Order: sequence, then structure tokens, then C-alpha cells
Amino acid sequence: MKYVDEFRNAEIARALSAEIAAITDPGTHYKLMEVCGGHTHTIYRHGIKDLLPDQIELVHGPGCPVCVLPMGRVDDGIAVAERPEVIFTCFGDMMRVPGSKGNLLEIKAEGADIRMVYSPLDALRIARENPDREVVFYAIGFETTAPSTALTLQRAKKEGLENFSVFCNHVTIVPPVRALLDSPDLRLDAFIGPGHVSTVIGCRPYEFMPEDYGKPCVVAGFEPLDLLQSILMLMRQLDEGRCEVENQYSRIVPWEGNLAALKSMAEVFELRPYFEWRGMGFIAQSALKLSDAYADFDAELRYSVPGLRVADPKACQCGEVLKGVLKPWECKVFGTACTPEHPLGTLMVSSEGACAAYYNFGRKSFEKVEIGTRQ
Amino acid sequence: MTEREQRVLETLEQNRRRPTRFTSPRIDMSHGAGGKATHKLIEGLLFPAFENPALAPLADAATIPFGEARIALTTDSFVVRPLVFPGGSIGELAVNGTVNDLAVSGATPIGLCAALIIEEGLETEELSREIEAIARSAERAGVSIATGDTKVVERGKGDGLYITTTGVGVADQELNLSSAAVRPGDKILCSGTLGDHGAAILIARGDLELEAEVLSDTRPLTPLAWALKDSAGPALRFMRDPTRGGVGSVLNELARGSGFGVALWEEKLPIRDVVHGACEILGIDPLYVANEGKLLAVVAPEQADTALGALRNTEGGEEASIIGEVREEPARMVVMHTKFGGTRMIDMLVGDPLPRIC
Repeated sequence: MKYVDEFRNAEIARALSAEIAAITDPGTHYKLMEVCGGHTHTIYRHGIKDLLPDQIELVHGPGCPVCVLPMGRVDDGIAVAERPEVIFTCFGDMMRVPGSKGNLLEIKAEGADIRMVYSPLDALRIARENPDREVVFYAIGFETTAPSTALTLQRAKKEGLENFSVFCNHVTIVPPVRALLDSPDLRLDAFIGPGHVSTVIGCRPYEFMPEDYGKPCVVAGFEPLDLLQSILMLMRQLDEGRCEVENQYSRIVPWEGNLAALKSMAEVFELRPYFEWRGMGFIAQSALKLSDAYADFDAELRYSVPGLRVADPKACQCGEVLKGVLKPWECKVFGTACTPEHPLGTLMVSSEGACAAYYNFGRKSFEKVEIGTRQ
Repeated sequence: MTEREQRVLETLEQNRRRPTRFTSPRIDMSHGAGGKATHKLIEGLLFPAFENPALAPLADAATIPFGEARIALTTDSFVVRPLVFPGGSIGELAVNGTVNDLAVSGATPIGLCAALIIEEGLETEELSREIEAIARSAERAGVSIATGDTKVVERGKGDGLYITTTGVGVADQELNLSSAAVRPGDKILCSGTLGDHGAAILIARGDLELEAEVLSDTRPLTPLAWALKDSAGPALRFMRDPTRGGVGSVLNELARGSGFGVALWEEKLPIRDVVHGACEILGIDPLYVANEGKLLAVVAPEQADTALGALRNTEGGEEASIIGEVREEPARMVVMHTKFGGTRMIDMLVGDPLPRIC
């Protein structure tokens, strides 16, 4: 398929793989974190770990927007969705994320009017078509999806649509990465920076990583060759003793970001003083809420929600696994209180989370799998 | 491996071997998607209540001894929206789906029963179009609609038309088709392109504003199943039609049922460009998308090429290919050798194939 196959070429992959191996020090163990859940998906889907030397370990980061949502926020969403006048709209992958008493799929089965949309603009259309109902869009995602929510709200305001509101859970990427970097027991060597987020915010926001913490960062695209090339770029930095932000995804990501998108976001959102992350606790200025100018569209103000903080179980050690201090099976609740059916922590929610993958496939989730000769 | 990890892995393995319990307080859409939740429903709630030797293999069709012969019995309900989609309609699907469950069980279909649940307000023109589709498809598949039933439900209580078909066939005494019959080294054959039906339905629903020409692959698999039986004989070990849950889920069932591993080669998977493209855009994996006219077969290695040739010479099997093989390891798991040069573990479908946002 055009524009896809070029980025999945096995021959180029072998060449990159050999280059990476050539500059890997056999006596060193490298831990590279891919911050973004989209990268984790690519790594699994194409088996990228098999193309890396054993010394390079990829650590899956906190960048899956549905996985990091704490139970209390899911519960609040469910409380809104259960109101009879509400049509509750959200992205498909939000449907299975567990709150303290269930997920949206189950609430839908109980009779709530919950509709999956591909874009917040679809939610706006549903609001226009159902003037006698209240349509709520449950917004999630990093700076990747925040501009589309901003644009939707700008339109809603322009049209004077009164039966539309947004339950805002947008989060920002830099604070959780900084929180990880701040922990004294961190064992990571370098970062694969999120590509789609960077189309919006650009590369400059990552400069603190090399400058303040001495960790290289390469902003990467989402095709498998993008990732291999980014890993090579990071390994070159480590090999040459350089430490900077580089942009592998320059075909999409402008260094300065997307100014029009940033302007829309600045008009519609403001930073929350703090926000809770599943498995990571409260992180200051790590999320967005609607600005005063858009308060009329704020579902959190329009509806009374429980707003309860549902504590992550004390034993949940997602933070330690994320930092690379613990392996999934070393967590106290792994496989007992925390399973893919009833996940407690972020790494068990998505099937690509490190814990869920280990639960399903054991060591085969990270070791090379020998499947013998090919036909 | 540390002692602690060893202990954790043993506990996980014990949990896996425990009988399935169905714990959901209510039925939600994932219980109908053909993946893990559907399995829990069947194995945890239905099977314990009905447990008997005919049901036990949980095959596409059950076989029941009857005098000298063995009768094959199967049933399937069709609840597709929209009723008509590119490449087919609910009537056609209802006949082919049940005929195919018999065909992949190695049985010759002899009669079908069709029950219609009609929603108040359905236009007669639409209904008669589906009745004609049922008649036409039955003729094509060489079975008669021997009996049936009609019910009408109030407006709003059904999507226009639901159809349940039940099929009776005569099982082939010489075949022993089951996951327990497969052996390491056996080849996995796939009769054609993957994901056409599911992709056609997703696009036809129009929610996605995606325009692409994808036709459902609904067709009777009897000729393909015959071609395999005739060419491979007892070397044919297992057949399935990968409907809901797709090839990924069926091969996981095979791996668990046989106790062996399944290895796939991504480059051998036949997938149309347009289906691949739609799946890329929607964030869906073609391995989990439904098919309605494809079969998967496991054939002993010495007969695999002959069987492949026979499939390719049969209408509907022109694009057949050998997509993988059975291996000792990784036991009870499915692994795919990716085009990119790595490996990927393939799980059973979890929940509905919902699109990803990132």
C-alpha cells in the first residue's frame, strides 16, 4: 500500500538494525523509554524488539491517554452518562476503561445512551440533530487531540449551541515526563519523544530533558522504520556523548509546532493546578480545563458529578514499573488484585501495557520468540 | 529467571487452567464480538448448564450419531445492520453462514430451517427481496429451506429483520476434524483475502464517512471444503470459517485446543489493499475482522501443496495461500513473524474491535 509500505521496508530495517548493533556497547544495558502509547503499539505490532540487540530495552511510557485516566474521572463520566437527558459521546477506546464500579460499555448495557464517535465534530453534529437532548463529549488525550476539541468548542460557541458540553480530561505531556525524570530511582537512558503531540507543540518543549536532566530525546514518527531510525539516532547520541533534542519526524513535525492549533487551545483551555494520573498520583499543571470564556460549555460545571477521588490501591506499583525500577511480576498486586479483566493500574488497562502483555504472554512479551525457519 | 518470577508464572498458568466463570453482572456488546468475552459467556455460563458429549468439542457444528450415520447440526442468528451491504444482504448471509458451519465440519448440508423475526413497519418490498435472497442462496448452496417460522415484533424492538437459520447435514465418517488432531509441522491454509466482510459492513454503516469499494465475501464454502477433502483426505485435520473474532481468534482457539503453538507469516496473509487501508485509517487489525466466505484449514505437510492447488482451482479459492504452520512452541499461543522482520504475539480478540485514537 502506497505511503505505508515504504515505511515498513524489511531490507532498510535490517540495515538500520545492523547500524544500531554496531554502535551498541556489549557491556552496557540501555533503557530507552517510548513516551507515547502509539509507539508502544507500533513496537508490538511489528516486533521491533526482535531487531534490536539484547542490550537495548524499550520501556513503555505513560503516554496512553485512556490508561492514565484515574478511576475517579471515569466514575464522574459515568455519572454524567447515566443522566436520562444526556447523550454521552466518546472515543471508542474509552469504552473499556474501568472506573471503580464498571466501565462505559457496561453502563451502556444498563441503558445509558452512549455513542462512540471518531471526532468531537461528530458529537457536535449529534447535538444539532437532537435539540431536545443534552450532548456531552468526554474529551481525552494529550495535545494531539486537544486542538480538535478546541475547534469544536469554538464552533459550538459560534453557533450558540446550548445543548452541547465537554467533559474535559485533556492532559499535557511534559509534566508527567518531568515527574518521571525527577524521581531519584529513575533508570532510563534516553527518550523516544511523542510524534503526534509534537505536531502541535513542536520540539522546543523537550529541551529541558537534555538541558536539565542530561537525557537525549528524539521525536519519532509511528511507522516501524521511524522508530528504528529514532533508536539509531538516540544510540548515536549516547555513543558520541551528545545530548540534545532531535526531530526524526520532520516530515510532519515543525520545530515550532502548529501555531494555529496552539492559539485555539490557548483560547479554549487553561491549565489545571493539578491532575491525578492513574498509577502516578497528582502531577502539577498536567491537565487542561475549559477557560472562563467557555465555562458555559463545561460539563463539570453543568452537571454535579461525584468528583470523588478513588485512590489507586496502595499496593499498585505502576510508577515503579514505568520508571524501570520494577518488572511487572515484581509488583505486589500483579495477577492477583490486578488482572486484564479487573485492572488497577495503567499498565494493565491497555493490552499493550507492560503488565497486560506479560500477563498474557509471559516472558514472550519481551524476549525474542524463535519460530523456526520460514517456508 | 528468579524464583519469584517462576512462582508468578506458575500462578498465572494455574489460573488459565481453572474452569471459566462468568462474572459480568450484565451482557454488554463485547459478549457478542466473538472474542474473549464471548468465550467466557459460552464456557462459563452456557456450557456448564448443557454439558454433553455432542456440545463438548464446541465446534462450528455438533455431530450426533444416528443409526449408522452421524448427523451434523448447527444454528446461527443474523442481526446485521444495514440489511443490505455491498456484496450481499442479510438473507444471503443467513444461508451461507449456516451452510458454512456445516461445510467446515466436513458435513454435507441437507436441509435448512429459517426463522424470521420481523419488525413492525418493515416494507414488504424489503422483506420479499430478502426472501428471494434466501431462496437464491439456498439454491446456490444446494440445500432446501425445509421449514421455518415467522414472528413480528413491535416497532423499535428489532433492526427491521433478524434471521435465525438452523442446518442439518450428514457428517463425513472418514474425517476426524478437530484441534486435537493437528500435529506440529502441519500447514495452515487460508482460502482467500481477510477482513472483506467486516470492512464492507463498517464502511456501509456510513458512520465513518469513509468511501471505499469493499464487497462482503459472503459465499457458501461447500465447494472449497469438498476440494480440501478430496485432495487431502485424512491429511485434512481441522477446518473453521473465521467469522466474528477473525483469523486471530480462531487460531488462538486452535492453539489452545491442540496444546501446540501456531506460527504465522504476515507477508503470506492475503489482504486487499483497500481493506488494509481502511483498517489502517480506523486503527483496526484485519486479523480480528469478520469474514463470511473464507475458510482456514490445517493440513498435514505432505499434502499441503496439493490441498492448496485444489483450493486455488475452486471458485472462491483463487487467492488461497499457506499462511503459517503448527509448531511445538510457543505452546498454546499464536505468534506472527512480521513483514518487518520481528515477531508479534497474537492474542484472542479482547472486547469489540474498537478503533484506537492514538
